[in-house]
Formats: sequence, structure tokens, C-alpha cells
Amino acid sequence: MSEYSVIGKPVHRVDGPAKVTGSAKYTFDIELPNMLYGKILRSPYPHATILNINTTKAKKLVGVKAVVTGKDTLGVKNGVWRRFPELCDEEILCRTKVRYIGDPVAAVAAIDEDIAEEALDLIDVEYEMLPAVFDPLEAMKEDAPQIHEGVERNINVTRRIEWGDVSEDFKKCDFIREEQFYSTPQAHLCMETHGAVADFGYDGKLTVWTSTQSSYYIQALLAGMLGMREGDVRVIKPPSGGAFGSKFELDSAQFCAALLSQKLRQPVKIILNREEEFTATKRKTPMNYYVKVGAKKDGTLVAKEVRVITEGGAYTAMGATALYLTGFYSSLPYQWHSYRYDGYRVYTNTAPASALRGFGAPQAYFAGESIIDMIAEDMKMDPLEIRRKNAVTPHYEVPGQAYIQSCGLSGCYDAVEKYVKERGKLPANRGIGIGNYGFMSGGIFNWFNTPYAFSAAMVKINIDGKVDLFTGACDTGQGSDTALSMICAEELGVHLDDIRIHAEDSNIGPADLGAWGSRQTLMSGNAVKMAAADAKRQLTEFAYAKLSPNVVYDMDIKDHWIYLADRPERRVSYFDIVKEAIRAKEGQVIIGRGHYTPHRKGMVSPAWGFGVQAVEVEVDPETGKLKLIEIFTAHDCGQVINPVAVLGQVEGATMMAAGGAFCEDQPSDNGKILNPSIADYKVIRSLDMPKTVSIEVETYEPEGPFGAKETGEGLTSPTGGAIANAVYNAVGVRIKDLPITPEKIFRALKEKKQQKGKKGK
Amino acid sequence: MKKELRLTVNGQPYELYVKPKTLLVEALRKHLGLTGTKRGCESSSCGACTVILNGMAVKSCSILALQADGAKVFTIEGLADGEKLHPLQRAFLDYGAYQCGFCTAGMLASAKALLDEKAKPTEQQIRECIDGNICRCTGYNSIIRAITAVVNGEYKEEK
Repeated sequence: MSEYSVIGKPVHRVDGPAKVTGSAKYTFDIELPNMLYGKILRSPYPHATILNINTTKAKKLVGVKAVVTGKDTLGVKNGVWRRFPELCDEEILCRTKVRYIGDPVAAVAAIDEDIAEEALDLIDVEYEMLPAVFDPLEAMKEDAPQIHEGVERNINVTRRIEWGDVSEDFKKCDFIREEQFYSTPQAHLCMETHGAVADFGYDGKLTVWTSTQSSYYIQALLAGMLGMREGDVRVIKPPSGGAFGSKFELDSAQFCAALLSQKLRQPVKIILNREEEFTATKRKTPMNYYVKVGAKKDGTLVAKEVRVITEGGAYTAMGATALYLTGFYSSLPYQWHSYRYDGYRVYTNTAPASALRGFGAPQAYFAGESIIDMIAEDMKMDPLEIRRKNAVTPHYEVPGQAYIQSCGLSGCYDAVEKYVKERGKLPANRGIGIGNYGFMSGGIFNWFNTPYAFSAAMVKINIDGKVDLFTGACDTGQGSDTALSMICAEELGVHLDDIRIHAEDSNIGPADLGAWGSRQTLMSGNAVKMAAADAKRQLTEFAYAKLSPNVVYDMDIKDHWIYLADRPERRVSYFDIVKEAIRAKEGQVIIGRGHYTPHRKGMVSPAWGFGVQAVEVEVDPETGKLKLIEIFTAHDCGQVINPVAVLGQVEGATMMAAGGAFCEDQPSDNGKILNPSIADYKVIRSLDMPKTVSIEVETYEPEGPFGAKETGEGLTSPTGGAIANAVYNAVGVRIKDLPITPEKIFRALKEKKQQKGKKGK
Repeated sequence: MKKELRLTVNGQPYELYVKPKTLLVEALRKHLGLTGTKRGCESSSCGACTVILNGMAVKSCSILALQADGAKVFTIEGLADGEKLHPLQRAFLDYGAYQCGFCTAGMLASAKALLDEKAKPTEQQIRECIDGNICRCTGYNSIIRAITAVVNGEYKEEK
């Protein structure tokens, strides 16, 4: 694919120089004149009625400017599933009831953070305790405490996905495996915690600087909560210190800062502290996962049945989407003759669960890739062979759900097979496990109920040939500003440094749904490509007239030359044509417009990234200590846009998945998270991170810009299952609940020894 | 009662008045406006606030500003020489050793402190040197590659 001059070449990210010099200004760094600092009072109880909130003493404290409670709000219930009002269930500032430890009840603005903090202690909240329920299986019982009015048995959302007749198919299977798995919660742990600076002016208009994955969502949701018109709420996204799925819903920092600023007409800054970040933002959904698979003697996978009960926590958030996606991903990447998924998302008095990088996929693949190895062993089949034999292929239709155009799995299997062979015989207590996956390139669903296109872009060409690119896409560190600038430069035939991207401002760029579901490269990329093509056409029209070919030739632009596609030597300068075209258009700048909304692409996503991963581990049989040795990944993201960024996504997602699989956890006691600090919440650090080797198996995705598709989240999928499989291959114990801790391995090894001993007698 | 504090930051002497409880990170960020150094936790465990204090990599949230009285502090703002980037910065750009960038100032401070002390650290020593710095984006290996490239002499100081 070397015909590209920008795409596929390793480049520095457009935000790179600012980030390596410390000059990038994050929300965390913003200070405005006359600014106040806000703090939020949160419920210490998992479930209670608010009888009264007395703020008199707090308001009297010198330096305190305002205290707000639920009574100061319009009482709007907020949620991203706007198409379904019953799923918009979060007031943010609770008016009558708190539903988890961390639910906000009041917010303070003061002249400094210390005074704001002190004021929180002076707010007197009178609660009446209610019985609480923490386990979704308990919460589903008839006599369980009701968390939201009118929601029977606390069942928040149910989803079914079904094709074929599973029951009939199981009867025809030679091998059947039934297992139960459990996935723990996981924290996003963005290095920059949630935060916002809100400035409500005397003109009645609000500006909010915030670390977000979707300026548009925050604009629309804030407008709804404050009773404002969307256009009067301007959301600016400075560089963001990480998001990973935690920053596209309206959060307490954004809402409370805006509400306080609206009252005071002064800028208010609220930055959540790390404890709040752990306890009072969303997290990855804990799941009880039941699965049954059936196969024929010849190795064909036939039927799969999955039942999932998730701990939803106190509110819906993005959990409804995650529940559906867990169901869909539970079928991938295999061609099941029949499949049935039943998912139940249950309200509990715990921190709300939502999206975390992978969006329901890591849990599905942990169970799915574990059970494939288990049934392969029953069938005496090689784990790689059973996957290869049953994997989806290009042009496969997942019945009634999705159509897969490009799929590079075949090349990925070859690469992993070669890698595993080359590793040769492993030392004792070492094992390699594999996992594979498919992942969406942006979601098709429109539960946000937006009338806008899913992505849109505008390209402005200035008189000197410099290009301003406007988009609502959100770079949260994953590199979308760079990828979109590269797509724009390639389509327009200019250089990357000709482009200046403006992706930070909801009121300047066109709306874009933002960075979730790995959608920016494909969806925003298509919009950018279309906008660039629109601008380009306006130039080539002039160039055509100038070159006046005697037969019709297509025209193109490359490297600042506009030329006849079949006779590249017949060319004119891009810079000259820009000047002439603008002059001829009565001095109007050239503006190209583009948009993208998927059409007729099934229920889930217009395109799918794929990959196969092999993880080598070493287990200490005495202590159960698990060490990751090496991770090999063969990856298909279609056409690579920026190889440096793709590698960064592969390695970063793998690390996050490995963390979830082997050390990250949030133990709790009666709804209280016991490790809400980085000192106690264990993550992978540089010494734990194994060697990583990654190769790209490039395909061409017809639906993607220049053939590109997702790369941001897919690699959170295979790692958990691959680690579990590797542990099994190393020491023969199967761990079915994450994280795979030394303690669990130790116990399992002990149990195995005892059983062996019994058999021996 | 505020107290006087004398600091040399990136070669520039400063005199300022801080509360006894003010942490060094806050003095740098709020009093001197050097916001390149970040803060990611309250438990001295994320490393985002790492600076070089009298030649040692130190988490600037773990000491009081007044404890650094008379000290020489180096922050990310002092790494580039005008428009000339430091070899570590150029390597970070080439190897994509940052994504969201929030940990980058701390990473670079840890790395520089190591290279100032040892010309040829091993990979294990490089890993140990940034083990106190959490990066949630990259998976660390690109950072290791970038620092290793500098150690291997792929990046010379720009004259």
C-alpha cells in the first residue's frame, strides 16, 4: 500500500511537542481570573433517604461563596440513553435518596480548596438508612430492597440475542462444555482525574473546559440538566489525561462546577481527588457469566449459549450498551450455527458500572477464550486449530447482527503458529496460552437520539495553502488528532504540517459523537476524508480548466501538485491554484464539508478489527506467583494510518487487559470499596510489563478511510483468556474468576495435589 | 503563617512565601506556574509529580515545599534548551513514548535523573527507574525503547 504519501508512515503526533515539553495545558492546569474552587459532598451510605440537608453553617464559613444541593437543580434525570427516558436515572446531585457510597449530595464553591473542603464538614445531612443490596444475584430476588422506584427485582436492562435453535443443536453435539466465570470490577485509573472548569457569564452563556471523550455529549447533557439551549453551552476539551471509557457521560465535577458557576457568575473549578475517582466515577462491569458450548467430533463449533448477570451498580450509565455488546462479542470470532445470549443488568447499591476500554468485550472473551481451550482439550484438538477452523472469514454475516467485510484472522493465525513453534519447548512451569477476538470500529446504535450525523468534519483552505481541519472528534491520548490530520493531508495531497486540527471546541467544529467504541478512525476519518475530498474537488475544477486536457482525465493532488491522474507530468502547483480559486470565488475561502453515518451495516458496527495473541507466563508452583514473560500479538486493523500510534494502542490495551486479568480488583465490604488509592489498587508497572512483540496483518476495509478500521480497544479482548489458558498450560490449573492472583493459583494447585493424593490412595 | 522559601528551579532562583503545609508540587504549580509537573494521586504512588531535587528523582507531592528550602529543582520546563529538544524528548516523540501525556513530565524526570547518574544503565535498571511512574496508556515498553535509544547514543545533544 505504498501509494500513500502520508498514510502508513510513522509520524510524530501533532500534540507531541506540547506533551514532551510540559507545555500542554490540561483541564487540571487551567486557572481563570476570579476563579473559585469546588468540592463535592458524597454519601457515606450505600442506600438512604435524604431527610434534610442543612447548609447554614457551611455557607457562613469565611471564603465560601455558594453551597448547592439537589434542591438547587431542575431535578432532571440524566443519562446517555436519551432515547429511553426510563434509563436516564441519575440526578447527579441527589434530591431524595442516595444509592451508593459516593453519590453526590451537595457541592461547595470557595476561594480555595482548603476552605471548600472545610465547608463540606459543616454540611449536615440527615439520612434515614435503607436496607441495601450489593450482589446482583441477591438484588434480583423478589424481596430485595428496591433501588429505583418501579424497577421490579432491580432488573435495569435485559438483552437477548439469538439465532438458530441452540437446544436442538446441543442434542447433535459430540462434545459439550458448561462453565461459569466471573469478572471483577476494574478502575479506569486515568492519570488525570475527572475535572472541569465552568464559566457561566453574565451573557447567560456557559463555557466548560473538561477532560472528556465527547464534547458534544457533555454539551447536550449539561444543557438538558441546566435547562439551557445546547448552543449556549460551549464545551472545550483541552488535552485529556486519559479516559478509557470513563469520560463520556456527564460527571459530578462537570455538573456541579456548571451549577455553581451558574449561581455565582464566576468561574468554578472542580477536580476530583483520587479517592473520588475510585469510588464515585464509573467502572468496568463485574459479571457473573454462565456459558455452554457444543461441538462436533470433526472440530466444528456448533452451538453456544450464554447467560450473564451483571452488577450494574446504582445507575444505568453506558451499562445498557455494554450489556448488549457482551452478548454480541460472546459470539465472536466464531461461526456458530446457533447462538443464544441472555443478559441481565441489575441495579445494586454499588458504584455504577459502565464502559471500560473494550466495552463488555474483555469479560466475554475471558470466558469465551477459556472455554474454547477447555472443549479443545476434551476433543484432543490443538487450541489454535479449533480457532482457525471455526473463525469468521471475510464476507461472513453474523446472523441478523453484523456483516464482516475485511478479516485478517487467517494471517494472524499463521503468524501466531509460527511464533509458538519458534518458542520451542518451554522450561518447566511455563506455558503459552492464546486468545483471539474481533472488535467493532464504532457503534451503529443511536441511543443518544442525536439528529446529527455520527461524525462530521469541515476543511478550510486558506490563501497560503494551509488547511484548518474542524471536527468534534476527541483525542483522549489515543492519537485521533494525528490520525485525522493524516487522513486529511493524504486526501488533499498536502503535507501533515499543512494541517492544523481544531477538535477541541463543541461550538467551533461540527458535532461528533466522540471517542468510544473505537469509532474515531473509521467514522470521524470517513467524515474528514469526505470533507477533504469536497475541498479538493473545488481546487481540481480550477486546475482542470487551466490544464484543459483534450480528453477527460481524472485529477488528483499529491505533494502540493495538482495533476492529471494518468499523465502526472501535466501538473500545476497546489499553491497557485489555491490562490486563483479563492480569487475566482470572490475571495471566499475554500470550505469542504463531510459527514458519516453508517447505513445498512447491521446492528453493531460497520467494520471489525481482529487479532490473535499468544501470552507466555511462568508460575511459581510453591507460591502461585504469576509472571508474564512475553506477549506476541498479530493484529489486523486494516490499513495502518500511523504505525507508531497503532503499536502504542496494541501495547497499551494489552497492558490494561493484562492488569485486569492478573492484579486489578476492587474488593468491597457492604458497598464500600476497600482500596480507593493508587497505593492499594495494584496496576501493572514497568517491572511487571513483559516483552511485547506485535505484527500487523494488513487488510483493506472497504468501509474505512483508506481501508482503516479500529485499533483502540480490540486488544483488551484476548489477553485475559490467553493468560488463563497459559496458566493452565503451565501448571494445569484452570482459574475461572479474574483477577488470576497468586492466592487463587496457590489454592488451585493445592486442591489439585489433594485430589491427586486421594486418587493415589 | 506563610514562610519564606528560596528555591532554584531550572537554574532560576526564586523567593516565595508558602504555607507550612504546602507541598513542593503545589509550590511549583501554583506559586511558580510550572504546570508541566502533574499530580495524579494523594498517596505518593503514581509518579506524575516526579521532579529532580538536588540530583535525585523525587515525587514532589511527597515533600513539603519548605523541606526543599535552598534546593535545586529541575522540572520538565527545564528540559529543552529553547527550541532545541533534549535527546530524551526527541526519543519520546520518535518512539511514541507518551499518549495522553499526563505521566510524561514525571517519566522524563525519572529518566533524566537515571541518565545523569549512569551513562549506560541496563534495561532492568531503566525499568526500575520508572517503576514508580504509572503510565496508563502506553504499556511502558515504548518508553523503555525511547530511553534505551538515548542510552545507545541514537540521540545526541543538539548543539
